[in-house]
Amino acid sequence: MTLAEKILALHSNRDSVKPGDMIMAKLDMILGTDVTVALSVEVFRNMGAEKVFDPDKIALVNDHFVPAKDVKAATLSKIMREFAHEQNIPNYFEVGRSGICHSLLPDKGLVKPGDLVVGADSHTCTYGALGAFSTGIGSTDMACSWALGELWFRVPETTKVVIEGEFQPYVGPKDLIMYIINKLGVEGARYQAIEFTGGTIERMSIDGRITVCNMAIEAGAKTGLIAPDDTTRAFMKKFPDIEGVYLKSDPDAVYSQVLNVDVSGIEPLVAEPYLPSNTRSINELTGVKVNQVVIGSCTNGRLEDFRATAEIMGDNEVHPDVRLIIIPATPGIIREMLAEGLVDKFIKAGAILSPPTCGPCIGGHMGILAKDEVGLFTTNRNFRGRNGHPESKVYLAGPQVAAATALTGRITDPREVV
Amino acid sequence: MSNNKLNGKVFKYGDSIDTDVIIPARYCTSFHAEDLAPHCLEDLDVTFASRVKSGDVIVAGHNFGCGSSRENAPIAIRGAGASCVIARSFARIFYRNSINIGLPILIAPDAVDGIEDGDQVEVDPTTGIIHNLTKPGEWQADPFPEDIEKIIKIGGLVNYVKERLAQVYDEAVET
Ligand code: SF4
Repeated sequence: MTLAEKILALHSNRDSVKPGDMIMAKLDMILGTDVTVALSVEVFRNMGAEKVFDPDKIALVNDHFVPAKDVKAATLSKIMREFAHEQNIPNYFEVGRSGICHSLLPDKGLVKPGDLVVGADSHTCTYGALGAFSTGIGSTDMACSWALGELWFRVPETTKVVIEGEFQPYVGPKDLIMYIINKLGVEGARYQAIEFTGGTIERMSIDGRITVCNMAIEAGAKTGLIAPDDTTRAFMKKFPDIEGVYLKSDPDAVYSQVLNVDVSGIEPLVAEPYLPSNTRSINELTGVKVNQVVIGSCTNGRLEDFRATAEIMGDNEVHPDVRLIIIPATPGIIREMLAEGLVDKFIKAGAILSPPTCGPCIGGHMGILAKDEVGLFTTNRNFRGRNGHPESKVYLAGPQVAAATALTGRITDPREVV
Repeated sequence: MSNNKLNGKVFKYGDSIDTDVIIPARYCTSFHAEDLAPHCLEDLDVTFASRVKSGDVIVAGHNFGCGSSRENAPIAIRGAGASCVIARSFARIFYRNSINIGLPILIAPDAVDGIEDGDQVEVDPTTGIIHNLTKPGEWQADPFPEDIEKIIKIGGLVNYVKERLAQVYDEAVET
């Protein structure tokens, strides 16, 4: 069996499963956010449910429209807050202690290797970075999951991506996953699990693995996952009471397709509007004028991303025609940045720091684009209208390209500014 | 059973119609159909919401509904009046959400080839038979997997859970 199949078998009390099997599986964690919870609460009540199956296995996170951007957003959070209190859900995260869900949950020890996690957010596939099977669902699925603690799944085929080689300077996990999505296409792994393997992945940090698994859905995948290893064990040491199940694919596991990637040939990459799979080598887009750069999101809002940003920026200032918005994914990451002097450095350079939020990634607040404006974001989607006016445009890239672009006001190869 | 046939005019769109164009996040501070419907597909086709009439059908290419997990997307489509979506393929979460809220979705690549924007079509969501009334053509959509068919028959996942909860509560009383 593959890693994905093993986790699903484990949670459905079966010795084995195979792609295409429909199973009811027990859930370890159910994630909801301010955008999706209120509808689930309504569905939950309408189905006559009174109590959630297990308050400890539910996380409710304020991230998308917080601090509340308007009255309607405030109302969504209020419904979630009241539900959390009513159901005694300990892992309710209030503004100030909250952050972008997919960064917050791993840092709070709420997901562990071998878990089966669902979340009413499409990027729930991120926790594959810790060797969990995690996938996005809608609000009705979430309400049903709260009630029963289980949910139906079709066991997916697994696409295996074998990644070898050393990155060139200023090329990293974001470039890698954009390269893979371009190779697979926006639905190249639809309904499938993507397992990322190989020497490059084995050497990659948890922050990097989070970036890679986060964007599996952009190839249509149900989940992206990486076999947990010593790097995972080291990360989980912060939570001594939590024991994960460390599984890996069998040598004779069956894959629907195998993609081999040699990262040593990958240049800094940029995805053109309006699809994350529109990946281009940086030299095809160098010089495109940019009004706003956003570095953050569940894809690239972690400490390593801001270290990479700082390395490219050096002591230079942000270009006068550019708004550089830095969004640390969690309060913990802000503290780490403060400790390393990164916040001071960014502010001095003319950037602004936003509180942890999805904000501009979803066109909510904290940096919406006007008609004809161009953004370069480290987020994961550049669909039409997602980040502001339908005639604005967003290019996607990693933090190095974003930092270089913020300095020059034009899409810039980081190798040109360091 | 063919008493629930849908009949409407076709609005045809391309590949990868994502949830951000189906209903932009700026409107997702509400999940009520009446708030969402006027903005359905507005970033792609500003006239859709005003032109669509009850019963009309959306026809599209590959990967319909890719992107976000927002259930607001199928709610907006249904709220706008569209009776079903026919596509070459659907993104996974949109597929689940549509089944959960009872929006008929049909996978029928040949029908997508044979139907043009503005055609009048008749769709039987129970049998999956799609009939073009404007110019001759009849197609059979892919059948749903058996277990999903069960969920559809029982009236969606919520009804399934209601039954399960009733069992759980009964067992709790007995023991
Ligand atoms: S940061 Fe963007 S992609 Fe990630 S959860 Fe928030 S809105 Fe979704």
